[in-house]
Amino acid sequence: MNAPLSGSMLASAAPPLAVGTPLIRLRAVAKVYGSGAAELMALKGIDLDISAGEFVAIMGPSGSGKSTAMNILGCLDTPSSGQYLFHGAHVEALSRDQRARLRRRYLGFVFQGFNLLARTSAQENVELPLLYRGETALVRHAAAARALQSVGLGGWEQHTPAELSGGQQQRVAIARAIVSEPAVLLADEPTGNLDTQRSQEIMELLRGLNEQHGITVLMVTHEPDMAAYARRLVRFVDGHIASDAANPHPLEAAPAAAENP
Amino acid sequence: MLLNTLFLALRSIRRNLLRSFLTILGIVIGVSAVITMVTLGNGATQAVQTQIASLGSNLLMVRVGQRQGPGGAAGAPQFKEADAAAIQAQIGGVAAAAPEGRAAVTVVGNGRNWATNVTGSSNAWFVTGNWKLASGRLFEDDEQRAGAAVCIIGETVRREIFGGALGLGGLGESLRIKQFSCTVIGVLASKGQAAMGNDQDDTVLVPLRTLQRRVTGSLKVGTLLISMEDGSDNTRLKASLRQLLRERRKLADADDDNFNILDTQQLADTLSGTTQVMTTLLGAVAAVSLLVGGIGIMNIMLVSVTERTREIGLRLAIGALEREVLLQFLIESVVLAALGGVIGIVIATAASYALAGVMGVPYLFDPAINLLSFVFSAGIGVLFGYFPARRAAQMDPIEALRHE
Repeated sequence: MNAPLSGSMLASAAPPLAVGTPLIRLRAVAKVYGSGAAELMALKGIDLDISAGEFVAIMGPSGSGKSTAMNILGCLDTPSSGQYLFHGAHVEALSRDQRARLRRRYLGFVFQGFNLLARTSAQENVELPLLYRGETALVRHAAAARALQSVGLGGWEQHTPAELSGGQQQRVAIARAIVSEPAVLLADEPTGNLDTQRSQEIMELLRGLNEQHGITVLMVTHEPDMAAYARRLVRFVDGHIASDAANPHPLEAAPAAAENP
Repeated sequence: MLLNTLFLALRSIRRNLLRSFLTILGIVIGVSAVITMVTLGNGATQAVQTQIASLGSNLLMVRVGQRQGPGGAAGAPQFKEADAAAIQAQIGGVAAAAPEGRAAVTVVGNGRNWATNVTGSSNAWFVTGNWKLASGRLFEDDEQRAGAAVCIIGETVRREIFGGALGLGGLGESLRIKQFSCTVIGVLASKGQAAMGNDQDDTVLVPLRTLQRRVTGSLKVGTLLISMEDGSDNTRLKASLRQLLRERRKLADADDDNFNILDTQQLADTLSGTTQVMTTLLGAVAAVSLLVGGIGIMNIMLVSVTERTREIGLRLAIGALEREVLLQFLIESVVLAALGGVIGIVIATAASYALAGVMGVPYLFDPAINLLSFVFSAGIGVLFGYFPARRAAQMDPIEALRHE
């Protein structure tokens, strides 16, 4: 099921990072929304280090600040104070467009709601990030086909989201996230809209990408079953990191048969 | 990047085909209205100019009286035949000068009668009026001198009295005008309606002397027709004509002119000026609908931006730059508007071609107005697409992704 992703065909791909290289460093990062009486401190000064090749599950109740942290980690938002170093660059000092360039080069996103373009084929959806990186049509086609192949959707290229099941749509979204060969894959409740069976398939897929291709995976989830796939668990409570520990018993790889729907 | 953005825009237009069509409908109507109005207006101007040219090119019409119209000639002495001869002889640049007298009569022949008017003049009348013979011959010199009973009839008179096919029949026949009978020696080639709507072919031409002796019984002449040579100085010729006529009519320096000179060129300029003003006016009214079409585009683009908030959020999240999103929506609206322009041009071409036929004016393709309308509609796309596009580009990706 997993076609090799090694050997980049993209002119714009970032050089691969060796597993264990420090990649993300948050120092005293705080985030404040609103001002005055309506002021809300979503993050109250967190420190976090993540190295290349990790599989981190971020957990916590609603309002614990995990989504805010994810937005900052994904360079979609900037901290109100504190430092965020991504691969040595101070993200908090970057402009909006500079952060966009950083995202398109290093990051891939998977959302709870899939966010595929309607009435657009799986192929075109997956090609989208490469379009913004200025890859040629030929490269885009080949890379998208390969990415769809690697999530087990070979042969589904011309189907539109309406013609795909929820699990298949999320696979297309994952293919879109990895087509640009990102260093980090950020998944925000990737299984939130899926049943248990599909959820496990998606998690197997994420673990495969992490283990076999060295992609760093950051995943927000509130389901312990899904967090169990990760090798490190970070738990947010009330804007603080309450616990940050290696997963003592990461779920063993399921038999290969379980990966095929 | 630009090419990719163009593809994105085209894709998005194709995905919403019906809505795209409704969006550009305003532009389509606006562009086709502007082009149709201007094209038909140009055709009408051309038609007026053609009709005035058929009156005779470089023609001066001199009439008795201080001004044109009824009552203008009250009290002023008429011209004489000799005035025409003097003008021909003494003023340079005159191609022909014809005296013209007219009387309303009923003509009888072939057992039928027809109310028309009889024109008395000389062969020079053919030059000044741009007339040609369909058949027959001009007047002989001795016929003109003697006031012989010969006549040349217009096509309308020939048709009404003698019948038959165009330009045929009537030659050599006898036609009774009041108390005398004349022999038809020629038929005028048809000129059709004049600019004012009167039938120029509805006349009978006789030598001036024939008219004076046998119809009106006076030697007076109401009108002098003077045709100028090509390239002669219009203003100077008119000035010397005026001077000559003042002398011949024995006017003192203090007296006002008791005649007036009408220049067909002036008439043409005035009339085509009027139609051009009408064209501009109608075009301007139509241009307002183009503006309304632009607002329609802005409206739909705003709806589209709101509707596609999540899509915009996604694009921004996966690394689209602000200006790339701006460009995408801007190009989308420009492509829509330009598409509307092209469809409008096609419709306008068909409509003005058909309407020109109905209105009886020539169809003149005007590349300038077509190009202008196209550029203008694309400009409307930029103008009215910019605001929605900027709104899309400045969205916060997090908010946009959360949008339901």
